[in-house]
Amino acid sequence: MEDYSVIGKRIPRVDGRAKVTGEARFAADYSFPGMLWCKMARSPYAHAKILNIDTSRAEKLPGVKAVLTGKDFHGWKWGWMPKTRDEGPLADDRVRYLAEAVAAVAAVDEETAEEATELIKVEYEELPGVFDPEEAMKEGAPLVYDHVKNNVSWEFHMDFGDVEKAFRESDLVREDRFETGRVITGYLEPPAAVAMWDGSGITIWAAKQSPYFVYRHLAACFNLPLNKVRVIQPFIGGGFGGTKNDSLAGDFCACLFSKMTGKPVKFMYNMEEVLKTCRRRHNMIIYNKMGMKKDGTITGMQSRVIADGGGHTAIGPLTMYLTGCMSTLPYKLPNFKHDAYRIFTNNPISAAMRGHGVTHTRFAAEIQMEMMAEELGIDPVAIRLKNAIEAPHETINKVTVHSCGLSEGIKTLAEDPAWKDREKKKGSGPVAHGVGLSGTAYLGGARQRGHQSCGAVVRLCEDGSVDYLTGATDCGQGSDTVLVQVVAEELGLGVEDVDIKRVDTALTPCDAGSYGSRVTVLAGEAAQKAARDVRDQLAAFAAEQWGVKPGDIVFRNRQVFVKGSPEKAMPFQKLAQAACYSGSGAVILGRGYSKYGIEVLDFDKGIGNAGTSYSFTSQLSEVDVDLETGFVKATDFVIAHDCGRPLNPINVEAQNQGAAIQALGQTLYEQFKMSEGKTLNPNLVDYKMPLSLDTPDIRVIDILTDDPDGPYGAKEASEGAIVSTPPSVVSAIHDATGIWFKEQPVTPEKIVMALKKKKENKG
Amino acid sequence: MEKKEIKFVLNGQPHTLEVSPWRTLLEMIREDLQLTGTKEGCGQGECGSCTVIMGGKTVNSCLVLAMEADGQEITTIEGLAKGEALHPIQESFVEHAGMQCGFCTPGMIMSAKALLDKNSSPSEKEIREGISGNFCRCTGYTKIIESISAAAVMMKGGK
Repeated sequence: MEDYSVIGKRIPRVDGRAKVTGEARFAADYSFPGMLWCKMARSPYAHAKILNIDTSRAEKLPGVKAVLTGKDFHGWKWGWMPKTRDEGPLADDRVRYLAEAVAAVAAVDEETAEEATELIKVEYEELPGVFDPEEAMKEGAPLVYDHVKNNVSWEFHMDFGDVEKAFRESDLVREDRFETGRVITGYLEPPAAVAMWDGSGITIWAAKQSPYFVYRHLAACFNLPLNKVRVIQPFIGGGFGGTKNDSLAGDFCACLFSKMTGKPVKFMYNMEEVLKTCRRRHNMIIYNKMGMKKDGTITGMQSRVIADGGGHTAIGPLTMYLTGCMSTLPYKLPNFKHDAYRIFTNNPISAAMRGHGVTHTRFAAEIQMEMMAEELGIDPVAIRLKNAIEAPHETINKVTVHSCGLSEGIKTLAEDPAWKDREKKKGSGPVAHGVGLSGTAYLGGARQRGHQSCGAVVRLCEDGSVDYLTGATDCGQGSDTVLVQVVAEELGLGVEDVDIKRVDTALTPCDAGSYGSRVTVLAGEAAQKAARDVRDQLAAFAAEQWGVKPGDIVFRNRQVFVKGSPEKAMPFQKLAQAACYSGSGAVILGRGYSKYGIEVLDFDKGIGNAGTSYSFTSQLSEVDVDLETGFVKATDFVIAHDCGRPLNPINVEAQNQGAAIQALGQTLYEQFKMSEGKTLNPNLVDYKMPLSLDTPDIRVIDILTDDPDGPYGAKEASEGAIVSTPPSVVSAIHDATGIWFKEQPVTPEKIVMALKKKKENKG
Repeated sequence: MEKKEIKFVLNGQPHTLEVSPWRTLLEMIREDLQLTGTKEGCGQGECGSCTVIMGGKTVNSCLVLAMEADGQEITTIEGLAKGEALHPIQESFVEHAGMQCGFCTPGMIMSAKALLDKNSSPSEKEIREGISGNFCRCTGYTKIIESISAAAVMMKGGK
């Protein structure tokens, strides 16, 4: 292991000071003189034809400057793939979920805009709705799109080996139905933007975790060249996938209103709009069948996955792909069949969320594997070690793993007092203690179809300070800090010497986005290359002055010197100045882009790497279950996490802790209550997210595997624990109660009912 | 109802302002005074992003009417640092990774301040209770609790 001076250190966040002083400006914190406010008028029906919209009363309200309806966008639609472009900025002929936006108002203030939306008269013809994905698949069910048979929004069929033969040759075969909940990302910053359309085109300050999505969408919608769309990224108040990785009605309307009025236009969704209309995690039903030999060897697995997609496609095809292509990790699986269906319903749209796709099917497989191990009398540690893959490994669907710390993680946890002493803690009163284990994998450097690479530019200033430009967005995960560390490390500087600029599509290199745990791996690679480009230019200049080879020049501790000749040395600052002032080459710019993991992927069949590398997370969860009330309190989590090498260990811990708690919410209590497409709990009182009193102590143990390809050995660090938490918590509840719960969230009500049933069966 | 003139002290500075009866304290702080460090999350008093200290107690400024600020002393996140020098709680949040996206951070720090002003050595449980009105979706709270705990130690050391 090389001796680094900045990489691998617990360096405080570079944006920390701005965030603790209130100086950090988020989208809603921007305002301009003469600015108008934009508000949406929303449908009271989950499924209806729009017959007519009368905006005349709204237009007459004093203070209203403009009104838009779907027709103003001339049928333009967007979507993840060309053939799934099914969502317009405003619904034009039909609404497909409750509170879908049908019109918008721009007015002098927020209250007037709000009032005007209520004056818009829309004539609807209500259509029969469909709200349950399994009902929606049946012949004769109402169709969400007339041309989409059985409401199948997307389907994948993956088939590797021979599952039927595997099941015949198994000693034990189990079939179970699992279900995951309908949850939201839960960022606290509601989506907002301020847009200005003037002679230089569109400038928009928008709350986007991947600003280049909206950049492309706005250019396409308004038929503008990309150099006329400028997205400037404010600080982002949490993303977690879905909504802030996509465009919203408000983005398009604010831009068009600005063009119409010549004024800057702002919108900000309220929390009710967020919880009713923003993208959610798909809730999924998973019919899982697994075969096992007496010794615990898994022989094959077959999954049938049905996901509620809601009214539009969004990024759903990728979600469904991930439910299957990642099932062959982290355990050896020689035979695998996967049939995944994303179903249109008249519910709000489902899309990506942290742990995308993988969290559903891994929960099902992990719990089923442990249920079978229990039947066979095999201990939870042993069943995992028996089946865990070891690197290097190629799965049956040609996913290639170059580093894997799963077995080491599980062995580490098995030695932990939390596991070793678990019998002693069981308890005998009304509160039972339980411990659960899980072992999971997640992809890093995830790819979508199309643009995949990250780019970076490093600009050397004449005083030796450095500007770093990246299109990658820090939406809270800490990537700005890690990327600055990379640039500083390569140039032998400190993090204080490097300034990272917020994304500005007019200045920063295009970037696919902050999703799928791709930033450290791919933007990290780009940063490393761009910084090395600057270093090479400086080394060439210094080598010429000293009459040595460029390869012998060392950059360290803000000094530049010749290897083996310490008398040939100068401060970095002095070299920078000399180089910047030299001859004609006064512009010292470094460029870099990522190339890692761009080999061909067969998206239709589920073959190949959907990511560039894979993290492995094993977890111990301890819970107290009140056997009278069903209340579960998670008391301790221990997470053994292989992210290759943590480039900033404090950040990696923080990512694991945050992901684990987000997952705790979905495991135990978070859930949208729905009735005929209506969200019954669209507020943070009734939609319960974990608060400080609900969360356990969390220890994170780094399992070092030094991935051969990632920058400095790094792999992803932000999504593993959202996959490892649900199965380990459910396993812990089983340990405490003797009951396996197969549906998330495992609410007190479900626990009490199951305990009652168990008692009756015994009695 | 007419606008009414109110007087209050905000971050040590006296202010006189005309406010409408329905204006919230949050709107007054963010829009009239242009102090955008205080955030609006849910606007319903649940998320705690808009927490400020008024009369020594934390309030959800989205639920308090601006007129109630008449005669009060208010502290927002902008009032903690002394020039370049961060308040120990702010310093501790930076040092111990007590924030990620930073949106809940101003409210969280105000709750931490109100807690430490009353209780200079809180237990972990008291810290958890002290910030139980503030949602954070990023950190899982562990590092926030560590930050507050370390800040308490720093403050007792006379910082």
